Amino acid sequence: MPSLKENIIAQLQKDILPLMGYKPPVHAGAVEVELGPVKEAFPHSQFPLGAIHEFICPAAEDAVASGGFIAGILSSLMKTGGTCLWISSSRTIFPPALKSFGIEPDKIIFIYLQKEKEILWTMEEALKCEGLAAVVGEIQELSFMVSRRLQLAVEQSRVTGFIIRRNPRNCSTTACITRWKISSVPSELNDDMPGVGFPRWNVELLKIRNGKPGSWTIDWVERKFRPVHSFVSLLQERQKKTG
Amino acid sequence: MSKRFVSIWFRHLTTDWFTLRQPGLRELPFVISAPSHGRMMIVATNALAEQQGVYKGMVLADARALIPSLQVFDEKPGLEENLLRRMAEWCIRFAPIVAVDMPAGLIFDASGCPHLWGGDSYYLTAIAQKFKARGYDVRVGMADTIGTAWAVARFGQQSLLVETKKQFEALLPLPPGALRLEEETVELLNKLGLRQVGQFIRMPRTALRRRFGQAFLLRLDQALGNTEELIDPIEPIEPYQERLPCLEPIVTITGIEIALQRLLEALCLRLQQEEKGLRIACFKCYRVDGKIEKLDIGTIRPSHNIKHLFKLFENKLSTLEPGPGIELFVLEAPKVEDHSPLQETLWNSYGGLDNTGLSELLDRLAGKIGVNRIHRYLPDEHYWPERSVKPASSMDEKTTIAWKLDKPRPFQLLANPERIDVTAPIPDYPPMLFRYKNKLHKIIKADGPERIEQEWWLQQGQHRDYYYVEDEEGHRYWLFRLGHYSDKSFQWFIHGFFV
Repeated sequence: MPSLKENIIAQLQKDILPLMGYKPPVHAGAVEVELGPVKEAFPHSQFPLGAIHEFICPAAEDAVASGGFIAGILSSLMKTGGTCLWISSSRTIFPPALKSFGIEPDKIIFIYLQKEKEILWTMEEALKCEGLAAVVGEIQELSFMVSRRLQLAVEQSRVTGFIIRRNPRNCSTTACITRWKISSVPSELNDDMPGVGFPRWNVELLKIRNGKPGSWTIDWVERKFRPVHSFVSLLQERQKKTG
Repeated sequence: MSKRFVSIWFRHLTTDWFTLRQPGLRELPFVISAPSHGRMMIVATNALAEQQGVYKGMVLADARALIPSLQVFDEKPGLEENLLRRMAEWCIRFAPIVAVDMPAGLIFDASGCPHLWGGDSYYLTAIAQKFKARGYDVRVGMADTIGTAWAVARFGQQSLLVETKKQFEALLPLPPGALRLEEETVELLNKLGLRQVGQFIRMPRTALRRRFGQAFLLRLDQALGNTEELIDPIEPIEPYQERLPCLEPIVTITGIEIALQRLLEALCLRLQQEEKGLRIACFKCYRVDGKIEKLDIGTIRPSHNIKHLFKLFENKLSTLEPGPGIELFVLEAPKVEDHSPLQETLWNSYGGLDNTGLSELLDRLAGKIGVNRIHRYLPDEHYWPERSVKPASSMDEKTTIAWKLDKPRPFQLLANPERIDVTAPIPDYPPMLFRYKNKLHKIIKADGPERIEQEWWLQQGQHRDYYYVEDEEGHRYWLFRLGHYSDKSFQWFIHGFFV
């Protein structure tokens, strides 16, 4: 009997999700974002595409870390040859660095705009365009109304949007599907090797609609996200074997 | 009604063109030469050189011996044909059917035209004067047949105007070359002592055919008008322009939108049929008070999509000032390029840079925020970080060199390196501490140094030693020391942030 109940609940949840703006991926399997254990936090265990993701960055370094994390996701989104628009107030990204994330830097179109209003207008126009893989925008403030406009735009076009909020003053509710906070944490190299290790972030999923928020530590290794705990356990295992 | 033809002969077509471009040549004898069989042959002369005995087909060295101060220019291939084509388009003012007649000639079918100028002779003088005013030396002949008109234009002695049905008489005193014969036939005729058309035109046709061939008789018949001769008229390209006059002056934005929509439909239909797309379009509104309101748009790729083009204009429509009303709308496309319809994909995949949706989006953005805000970068072959990327000139430009991956590069590069205060223990070691924006960072881990030398051919200065460092909070930076440690004049800078 309990299994029947569970089945019913699962079915109901499946029915509710599309009503809440969560469309199941149109071409399932075509684009898969490898996020390791973070996946479990998402509904359907799939990184929500065709949605707006918000990244809170209190410090300049956090914005860079968020940029890196987004670049990691973009690399899987752009694998099929898509183009991405990166809208910011000034030139912040150094294109050659994107190559180390597996992105062709010449496939990204950068737009520099001074006014927040213009950035938002451009973002909305871009999110309506189906020919893009993703749109990244760097802004400071995001009101509920604006975020809802953006979210409605992506629900039509199925483009994925990323908003990097530099130094936000208030973090009120938005219509974005997720809210992240990415911060750099000290890297580690095995066997106490000298030098700087692979980029490592503390990924906090503060909010997610219909998912489970959480916090993870993730490395960026060889163009892939790698959760750290498994890395540590792997190391321990190896030590056990050798020791 | 009998037909009338005009033949124009440019006596010095290419040299006149050179003179027009360099007025200083007017007083000098000059020729145009081209290599042929290992020698320089003269292909065109101006009038002054001709007077001094230089002629077309002469070897250049001989001409130089005649006139030591002779100016020589190289031949421009295709110039003559291009010039004639342009002239022919311009000549549509005189007659509706104009054809290029190589070499150095034009032919009009002027039937029914001369009376507009007041008669045949006025017509011919008008044409000759117009060409003279443009700076070209021409002879204009007119007759009932192309052959006779051609003959009098080139060889006619007295009158260049041949009255209706007088071609037989007009041809009599002319040399055989006037019949547009092959060179060998002309030579043969000369050899036989037949130096005027009149000497052989009355000979029996069978004898002429036996001696000179069928082609000779055809030319003769064409000149006399016994055989029809066809010309291949030029077809000028109509400008991509649509007009919409209004009965009542239009003031409202709805009216303007309707007008724009109609003009776009008409223009795009034509573009579609010709498989072209516009790159620049101009929407002109002629106001009742004589002022002209203008809107311009540009596209990244040729387009004939009505919806898209309308959207581009729509963003700017609010800037139009109809004033007392607009009575005429004109839509022009000054720049048009080939645009073949793309084959549609069956499945919906993410498009690359050549996606239509993307280029339309960029057109819209460029119309609103300006083209100079949209950037795309390509790698450049420089080690100096600031110069290692260059902006792409267009959306289609591809990289010829690969992006470098061998050395770590920061995710964010500061536009200008910023000075920092640093404590560094030993030469060529990474610093222990640095202060940036009043915050002290203690460096735990570091990589480097990576020395990047100045590119001395571009800029003088000291080299940089880059360090990739991580502080205690896990933030990663790109620092560099400018100059040698031993110089005492070195400075430390922060140049970027790593992820």
